[in-house]
Amino acid sequence: MKTTRRGFVGGASATAALLAGGAAQAQAQKGKYDEGASDTEIKIGHTNPYSGPASAYGVIGKAEEAYWRMVNDTGGINGRKVKFITLDDGYSPPKTVEVVRQLVEQEKVLCLFNPLGTPTNTAIHKYVNLKKIPHLFLSTGASKWGNPKEFPWTMGWQPDYHTEGVIYAKHILANVKDPKIAVLMQNDDYGKDYYEGLRAGLGKDVGKIVKHATYEVTDPTVDSQVIQLKDSGANAFFNITTPKFAAQSIRRAAEIGWKPAHYLNSVSVSVATVMKPAGFENSQNIITASYLKDPTDKQFDNDDDMKAWRAWMAKYNPGANVADINNVFAYAVSYTMGKTLEQCGNELTRANLMKQAASLKKLKVPLLLPGITVNTSPTDFYPIQSVRLAQFKGESWELFGEVMSSESA
Amino acid sequence: MEQLIQQIASGLANGAIYACVALALVMIFVSTDHINFAQGEMAMFSTYISWQLIQWGLDYWVAFFLAVAISFVAGVLIERIVLRPLHNAPLLSIVVVFIGLLAICNSVAGTVWSYLIKEYPTPFPKDVFGMSGLIGAHQLGVVIVTLVVLTLLYVFFRYTPLGLAMRAAAQNPVSARLAGVRVDWMLALGWGLAAAVGAVAGMMVAHIVYLDPNMMAGILLYAFAGALLGGISNPGGAVLGGFIVGVLENLVAYLGNAIEKGLGVYIIGNGEKLTVALIIVITVLTLKPSGLFGRVVVKRV
Repeated sequence: MKTTRRGFVGGASATAALLAGGAAQAQAQKGKYDEGASDTEIKIGHTNPYSGPASAYGVIGKAEEAYWRMVNDTGGINGRKVKFITLDDGYSPPKTVEVVRQLVEQEKVLCLFNPLGTPTNTAIHKYVNLKKIPHLFLSTGASKWGNPKEFPWTMGWQPDYHTEGVIYAKHILANVKDPKIAVLMQNDDYGKDYYEGLRAGLGKDVGKIVKHATYEVTDPTVDSQVIQLKDSGANAFFNITTPKFAAQSIRRAAEIGWKPAHYLNSVSVSVATVMKPAGFENSQNIITASYLKDPTDKQFDNDDDMKAWRAWMAKYNPGANVADINNVFAYAVSYTMGKTLEQCGNELTRANLMKQAASLKKLKVPLLLPGITVNTSPTDFYPIQSVRLAQFKGESWELFGEVMSSESA
Repeated sequence: MEQLIQQIASGLANGAIYACVALALVMIFVSTDHINFAQGEMAMFSTYISWQLIQWGLDYWVAFFLAVAISFVAGVLIERIVLRPLHNAPLLSIVVVFIGLLAICNSVAGTVWSYLIKEYPTPFPKDVFGMSGLIGAHQLGVVIVTLVVLTLLYVFFRYTPLGLAMRAAAQNPVSARLAGVRVDWMLALGWGLAAAVGAVAGMMVAHIVYLDPNMMAGILLYAFAGALLGGISNPGGAVLGGFIVGVLENLVAYLGNAIEKGLGVYIIGNGEKLTVALIIVITVLTLKPSGLFGRVVVKRV
């Protein structure tokens, strides 16, 4: 109220009639808006696979809906209610284009938040940048989302796969004696991103990769590949697989008696859906990088963030699986979005939203591991670039070492 | 050399999975003259039912046979309720129904049991055969179960009057009806049997690939290849076809690696496993359209 009056006084004292007109408008409206925002509402668009092969991720969209319900119940963002519109794209890129156009051109959302998937976001990458729609905090770890020069309207969120690959390479070189590295890789962009990270991290030691085996998502099992990797005589194993194949490969390696230093990508670290099905006895000492608190990890049972999260799950997202780390992810990424919107104050324009998203400094986000914060700048569009290594002991991940960071290329 | 043997053993183990599903495909083809695209998803659904029964505290084998029985009834019901009205509809309509069934089974399973992968127990003892490393006890068990199911089906179709009636109903409904066979019920029975065989396949597969609503998507592709290679009308051929596809894909990867090692150039490898296997299948089918062991169907016009 105060700012409005000051604006009015400022306008009245000016001699130009034009300015006075502007001030009158400022009195009618609290702030400056683009499409999708007003005094009472902020419209956010989201796409997610609720059907089709990747529908396991559908829980993320549901959890985010629940998060915004909580925000609205507690007063909204600077007094504005958030209208969260989430549509099903079935993880099919052409469908994503269709529903994103619907969100932008019919629903007229202020921004897109956390659309899921690498191929799906790739399909809308150019479109949203052409339309100048903020495309924020994507649910994919591909490294290409942090390119503000060419794509100033797109920003990722989680540590990118490339960075993670570099970190494993460093750890292998420092800790495995005379390393001979075998890589199992899903044959797509996601796999290649990790693999390139590993190669970049190895640098002149790239020859230490002795075997590189790929699999297709349609392969029923990866048994044959694991046999090939073992046969190469490797003593370090970088496992770039999605949950089902991760569980298969961990179990298979144990079955054929192969015991390398095992590095598992963070895509597949869920205790409930990977480590337990693979067998705890087969999963011991596997190393991974993580940035989120795992709800099945008992060390966080008394953690305040975790308690708040559990209370929210019980109240707003009942029926969802509390062992599913996707619900943690949804909560943390939505919190980041909420903070960014808050920072926009009364200037809810698309340009200002991008500006605020690119000026997050040491933002503490609940459920990120201790020591990891969100940082962005006009040239750094990688919000989270730190991870901590963890080793599987008994029935949970044990964090070890310091927070590790790497600048992605 | 050790790797070659391991690859063949692992190929046989995978082949057993394909063979099991191929058998279910053949079942429905033999008894209804259709190829059921929803076969994999129905099998997946049956597997979830058995998983649920085990979760409720039933013994593995009790759950196993109960799930087979439930699947049989469900198969009969699907035929009676969903497909019955389409008896005289064109083939395309039926294909659409199959695809609809596929989507329904998948979504319902996902809604009820979630899309997270689940462990599925194995009834076979660990390492009892002393050959772990080469082929797991469960894999060997799958091979045996597949062969047992195959034998049972063979005996059923070859030596029982009901089996004969079912074959007649599928191949020539008009003459069968004239000979006193209740064709409608035979078709329903065929669906029931196919669902039951699918259930067995699903329960054997789930331990290896883990239980999730999409577990059958990839497998069905290979099972089709196996069934077509062996002959879609011949259960024995389909099983053999499944094994051939399994071993073939591993050998492609193995040979590709050997070539890469020897010549230093990458020609084929893991990425081309399925492609090369399918090219071989197509070649066989071009030369022998009814499959390696299929019966050549002569239709009098």
